Amino acid sequence: MEIEGKVWKFGDNIDTDVIIPARFLNVSDKDILAQNCFADLRPDFGSTETTGDVIVGGSNFGCGSSREHAPLAIKSAGVAVVIAKSFARIFYRNAFNIGLPILESKEAAEAIEDGDTLSVDLVTGEITNKTKGGTYCASPIPDFMRSIIDAGGLVEYVKNK
Amino acid sequence: MGMTLTEKILAAHSGVDSVKPGDLLQAKVDLALANDITAPLAIKVFEEVGKPDVFDKDKIALVPDHFVPNKDIPSAAQAKEMRDFAKKYSITNYFEVGDMGIEHVILPEKGLVIPGDLVIGADSHTCTYGAVGAFSTGVGSTDLGVIMATGEVWLKVPPTIKVVFEGKLKPWVGGKDLIICLIGQLGVEGANYRALEFTGPAVKDLSMDNRLTMSNMAIECGAKNGIFEADEITMAYVKERTSREPVVYKADPDAVYEREIVIDVSKIEPQVAWPHTPDNVKPVSESTGVELDQVFIGSCTNGRLEDLTQAAEILKGKKRAEGVRLIVIPGSPLIYKQAIQQGLIEIFLDAGATIGPPTCGPCLGGHMGILTKGEKCASTSNRNFLGRMGDIESEVYLVGPAVAAASAVLGRIGTPDEL
Repeated sequence: MEIEGKVWKFGDNIDTDVIIPARFLNVSDKDILAQNCFADLRPDFGSTETTGDVIVGGSNFGCGSSREHAPLAIKSAGVAVVIAKSFARIFYRNAFNIGLPILESKEAAEAIEDGDTLSVDLVTGEITNKTKGGTYCASPIPDFMRSIIDAGGLVEYVKNK
Repeated sequence: MGMTLTEKILAAHSGVDSVKPGDLLQAKVDLALANDITAPLAIKVFEEVGKPDVFDKDKIALVPDHFVPNKDIPSAAQAKEMRDFAKKYSITNYFEVGDMGIEHVILPEKGLVIPGDLVIGADSHTCTYGAVGAFSTGVGSTDLGVIMATGEVWLKVPPTIKVVFEGKLKPWVGGKDLIICLIGQLGVEGANYRALEFTGPAVKDLSMDNRLTMSNMAIECGAKNGIFEADEITMAYVKERTSREPVVYKADPDAVYEREIVIDVSKIEPQVAWPHTPDNVKPVSESTGVELDQVFIGSCTNGRLEDLTQAAEILKGKKRAEGVRLIVIPGSPLIYKQAIQQGLIEIFLDAGATIGPPTCGPCLGGHMGILTKGEKCASTSNRNFLGRMGDIESEVYLVGPAVAAASAVLGRIGTPDEL
């Protein structure tokens, strides 16, 4: 599956508190979470049409709190894929569980800049920067995580077993 | 090949004789935990799975502690959703306001987590229970919802980093300073996907409250868990809280560690994690220029009796500095009661503190002590992320209870020796 989208670039150690600040955790409605995604760090994110966009982060993306509201807010904002140098453990797990595509690529995360347009093949992990040129290959998704994705998330995976 | 402490517990819960890093396991869960923020999403997932009942009503703990006592109408609705679920499925360990305390304070306190257990919680600080010799880690709500239905979780066996604490502690240095020092060395990603095993002569005599503080912050360097081997101190703590039989695992002498870190604690003075990451660590002597608007003593990191006792010893007969708000929140009703019986609350009130009911409160910018633009807070909690306790232009400095108490009197970051 190939997607094409505009980049929202972030730095290292983007924690789940800045993805969705705690004051918005009094609801779990995904649309409200999406509106408040990156409320303090990138106030324009929630008010912009982000469907099909791509988030590119540095290392340790999604560190801190286990709040699943964070990947849920990103997914509900219509973000097609999150690319980062590396992901924090709980965020990584949560993203697969709820069906938010994520890819790890150090080279892509370093070279891509805010506002670039990318084309990403979610199956092969090939990332192409259409603005600046350059093609990168994300680390392959582990087989077990792939089986969760193929089932359509953890709930379906468990139901099928 | 020998196994580490974490590997032993994971193997025992997965019905296999041995495991090694990288193995994928389907493990049986002894206790599954959620709070008022993470439970609503987990309940939705549980319903989607479609099982008629929870896997075991005695092995689920639901603790309303984040935005409870309800801070606003939506929070009240979330708390009610969890309460209704607990009632519908007759969840044994649901704690109503009045019985409720901070999840990671009350679960060990009530003997619900004991050596050898495997505990999974929809809260990142579930790693706290490593202090009692259990394997425990945080997950999201979907994982937790599935666990509530099946009683099992998939886990990848992490490589273990052995951390050896050597030497003798300096005055005013406790578990908080040791773990902040380690996070400073490892970095916030330094133990990502890894287990930490805490050992060495310097932690041998460390109290349970101090160990709980240390395991609590394992997640702040990315670790999956942070575990101590159960010893006499652990057994004495556990014995008076439960009749359940602990299983004490020990790391094999030929266990394989990814690496070993040795920290000479005799060289460590009280530590301060500066904004806005827990690995931005400086000794207190290099932090004394930080003027404060607020001091918070509490949280799942340092809201236990020993923390309050140490703070009270320092605050006795003293007054908070003018312009500094001092907020003290005991972590559980029992701790609150003991603090009253031991005269600690009176000392805090005389020092000009305000006392909150047991709750996570200001730690995550929930309620009862939010910061506005430009304000600085010395906090005994575990995170100083950008905007964690309020406005994105506020600052949180992480400290232990001794430095927090002294700083409230000084009006700036400092040590009890300066009083």
